[in-house]
Amino acid sequence: MGSPADSLLPPRFADWFASRGWSLRWHQAQLLARAGARRSALLIAPTGAGKTLAGFLPTLVDLSGPDRIEGLHTLYISPLKALAVDIARNLEEPVAEMQLPVRIEARTGDTPAARRQRQMRQPPQILLTTPEQVALMIANPEARKVFSGLRQIIVDELHALAPGKRGDLLALGLARLRRLAPRAITFGLSATVAEPDDLRRWLVDQAEGAALADLVEVPRSLAAPADLRLLDTEERLPWAGHSARHAMAEIYREIGRHRLTLVFVNTRMQAEFVFQALWGLNEENRRIALHHGSLDVGQRRKVEAAMAAGGLDAVVCTSTLDLGIDWGDVDLVINVGAPKGASRLLQRIGRANHRLDQPSKAYLVPSNRFEVLECHAAIEAARAGEQDAVTSREGALDVLAQHCLGMTVAEPVDPEALYREVTGAAPYVALGRETFDRVIRFATDGGYALRAYDRFAKIRRDGEGRLRVANARIAQAYRMNVGTIVESTMLKVHLGSAKGGALRYGRLLGEIEEFFAEGLTAGDTFVFAGEVLRFEGIVEDRVVTSRTQGKDPMIPSYNGGKFPLSTHLAARVRSMLADPAAWAALPDQVAAWLALQQGKSALPGPDDLLVETFPRGGRYYLAAFPFEGRLAHQTLGMLLTRRLERAGLQPLGFVANDYAIAIWMLRDPSIRIAAEPDFLGRLWDPDMLGDDLEDWLNESALMKRSFRACAVIAGLIERRFPGMEKKARAVTMSTDLIFDVLRKHEPDHVLLQAARADAATGLMDLRRLSDLLMRIRGRIVHHDLVQVSPLSVPILLEIGKEPVYGEARDQAIADEAARLLDEMGEAFGTA
Amino acid sequence: MRQAASRNDDRRAVPARIQLAGHDVLLLPAGAAFLPEERLLVVADLHLGKGLAYASGGQMLPPYDSLDTMRRLLALIYHWQPERLVLLGDSFHRQTLMQASLAPVAAELEELARLASLVWITGNHDPVLSGLPGEVAGEIELPGALRLRHEPAADGQAEIVGHLHPAARLPTKAGRQRRRCFVAGEARLLLPAFGALTGGLCVSDPAIAGLFPKRGSRVFLMLGDGLAELPISAVA
Repeated sequence: MGSPADSLLPPRFADWFASRGWSLRWHQAQLLARAGARRSALLIAPTGAGKTLAGFLPTLVDLSGPDRIEGLHTLYISPLKALAVDIARNLEEPVAEMQLPVRIEARTGDTPAARRQRQMRQPPQILLTTPEQVALMIANPEARKVFSGLRQIIVDELHALAPGKRGDLLALGLARLRRLAPRAITFGLSATVAEPDDLRRWLVDQAEGAALADLVEVPRSLAAPADLRLLDTEERLPWAGHSARHAMAEIYREIGRHRLTLVFVNTRMQAEFVFQALWGLNEENRRIALHHGSLDVGQRRKVEAAMAAGGLDAVVCTSTLDLGIDWGDVDLVINVGAPKGASRLLQRIGRANHRLDQPSKAYLVPSNRFEVLECHAAIEAARAGEQDAVTSREGALDVLAQHCLGMTVAEPVDPEALYREVTGAAPYVALGRETFDRVIRFATDGGYALRAYDRFAKIRRDGEGRLRVANARIAQAYRMNVGTIVESTMLKVHLGSAKGGALRYGRLLGEIEEFFAEGLTAGDTFVFAGEVLRFEGIVEDRVVTSRTQGKDPMIPSYNGGKFPLSTHLAARVRSMLADPAAWAALPDQVAAWLALQQGKSALPGPDDLLVETFPRGGRYYLAAFPFEGRLAHQTLGMLLTRRLERAGLQPLGFVANDYAIAIWMLRDPSIRIAAEPDFLGRLWDPDMLGDDLEDWLNESALMKRSFRACAVIAGLIERRFPGMEKKARAVTMSTDLIFDVLRKHEPDHVLLQAARADAATGLMDLRRLSDLLMRIRGRIVHHDLVQVSPLSVPILLEIGKEPVYGEARDQAIADEAARLLDEMGEAFGTA
Repeated sequence: MRQAASRNDDRRAVPARIQLAGHDVLLLPAGAAFLPEERLLVVADLHLGKGLAYASGGQMLPPYDSLDTMRRLLALIYHWQPERLVLLGDSFHRQTLMQASLAPVAAELEELARLASLVWITGNHDPVLSGLPGEVAGEIELPGALRLRHEPAADGQAEIVGHLHPAARLPTKAGRQRRRCFVAGEARLLLPAFGALTGGLCVSDPAIAGLFPKRGSRVFLMLGDGLAELPISAVA
């Protein structure tokens, strides 16, 4: 693009830039030029590069022209409603200072209904909103009119949106907007990603083949390299666990040395723990705050405001602060635990020093020995600028069902045209017509082979074969249930008391997962919202707690994080293990640990699978080191256990983490391996992904969980409806029953297909497991040991810390019943 | 994550046996009660047509629930060969959809009626029953003054009842597990709901807990292939 920057900026803008001492940045000029040429584009830039202003500049220039433009001109979509509201505020300033005749409004779930209706009648020129609101607006009968003049769509944080169901919903929404607003172009704003082409396709119509939006990428050389390293700690590195207790003194010291430190952790429980630990050391009265998604919104807003105002020294936070805006003058990011992926780490580092001319500073604090390896791999990847975030996916069928119903709510729909439209959205490019028709039938009457519900159909065909929603009640139910976020069941946490046996509750502190609350009994203590709380009981959906002075709260065991180790980092860790020359860079304790492993057993080659067998405590262990992430390993554990059972080795249980898996059994596997040279090869044969997987999946709690989400999103179960508000707690049970009935009578139903797809990608990492099994064929290296190896120690230490899992739940009930009856002894006899 | 490999333990597939008003009562793992001396099988809360009722409101639940319920009931009949089958009320989810609910299971109903004499107890969901094979009653009484009725009554009589859909949560090493259950007290047996899509009410709810004294009352949790017996104090 050869246009000199000046010619792109009208005088009013040039003056405004000059008054602030700014000059037009390269990527801002690029987007102005793209808008001038009416081309959609993907802007990739690091945090702090002025992405948002770049996205809006063409709009503001357009709206400053001599002809006043009425109606909706620009639609901005962000994954966070806070972001939409914040950007609206930030835009007010340039608009006011340049005296632009522009009305800017935000529209989120919190916007009053009357205002939302008014926005459909008299839309502002710039509307800032969320994917769910886009779905609602395009399902409005006024949609055609409202969007007819739309010129510009901006999708912010596209790298975060695109790889999930919300991205699917928005992609379908954009496909519709492209038809309602043929003159509109789309800008996607994204952090650096591994495969920009995925997102470029996502932004434009794919109906005529694989079209790509233009790419505007801020060259990496513009971003200074980060000061990125492991935080050295005095105390010994733990073998296992995720508390990072050993590093608290050093973290506290660094907080004292910096203006504002963000301490990122992977889970809420870790956040509570670290916060508590830092305050335990806080002799200098540093202002340290806590921020995570379960805290009450009001409390989170207070922390954010204090950060922006410079009133804090440190914030301990989870990924709730990953996305979004400049919260303040952060000059240090500390990442506790392993970052799990190179892209995730880069995102977090991006929080520090939002100025391109200064290096951002980030310290990694591994919480155990394997995490040291992982942190090292992540640092190398970050230095090389490597990215591993996955950005492409196959669109979910439950989301498609929701969208299709929504389109019939807006206006009569020609199914042929709708099929062409949805397959223009990148996630649905490969959607076959037959599947589309099944989804439509599902949206109509459940799509069951037994056609029992014709007379209740939600969608009817008119004389011309067009689809329309059956009645106003169905349309209303659609509007109430729109969206793809199905919350895990949460209970509210209150301060309160148990007086005279009756629980009373007072101030609201936030929310916790139901499964956690249900594991507590009266008197248990846990950390929440930075306080040690005593659990008193549950009243309806409220957890009643009281403050306590207890020093040692019961903190539940938890996994390292929600995110499994990325494939990319796993490969780096494997090659680091295989190369003793690389160990010099590791802390001494870790290098010594690896050397010891090499002496006692072996280290896996970069493409090998190391399998160890050894006896311990009267049982026989089989440990393997695939490094494919927790989800893939759990699935593997389920399947291997079934196979070992069939082979007569009497497996008793398994434990899996991001790096390894260990199975223990009553019979010695090394005898079988010695007798049958191909035993291990057959045990790990990829055919386990056939019948074994199918059998296990049908009974699995994972499947029920993903079915529940699909049933809600697809509209099988209503989320809420005026007058019949259904408590989330009640929903869990009934979707399990529906799942059982459906699986038994119509195992190929489209909703089960959707649930299987979700479980395969999200909960089990099947692709990764399958890649692993293919990769290691003929490359299994077995070591028969007399005792546990150094590399196996960390995984064995996790045994007993995690809940038993999977289909043995009936057994667990029977065991518990037997135990209780034993305990009560004779006091309780049966007839 | 750790998993205990499952063991098959055939012992648990055996019914539990309790005494009620002088009767031997077998609690069947499938969620029914069998009185061997009377050759009488009791099931509660079939809620036939529940899927249909939801579909009429726009929630298209699988239309197989009635079929599933009837087939499981037939399997019990084949196995236990009772003379009488007592359906303990709420056999139909919605009174107005009764005929429509029976349409897809007409053959199964005919088979049931051929194999046992049916006694339909009325329930709050189906207070008026007509056009059904067999007998319709508000409640029936067995020798020993044992009443079979839909809702528990506070008249001091021994009773087998349904209506409340009992379920219990038990903390185990696999996390808290929730299952349908029987609840047995001195003079009262509360049956779990038998219908395929019928949810449960926790036995700790006052509506159930209030009926059963903590001392001496027991629950029997339905597992896939058996029952787990516990004192009610362990779950309520």
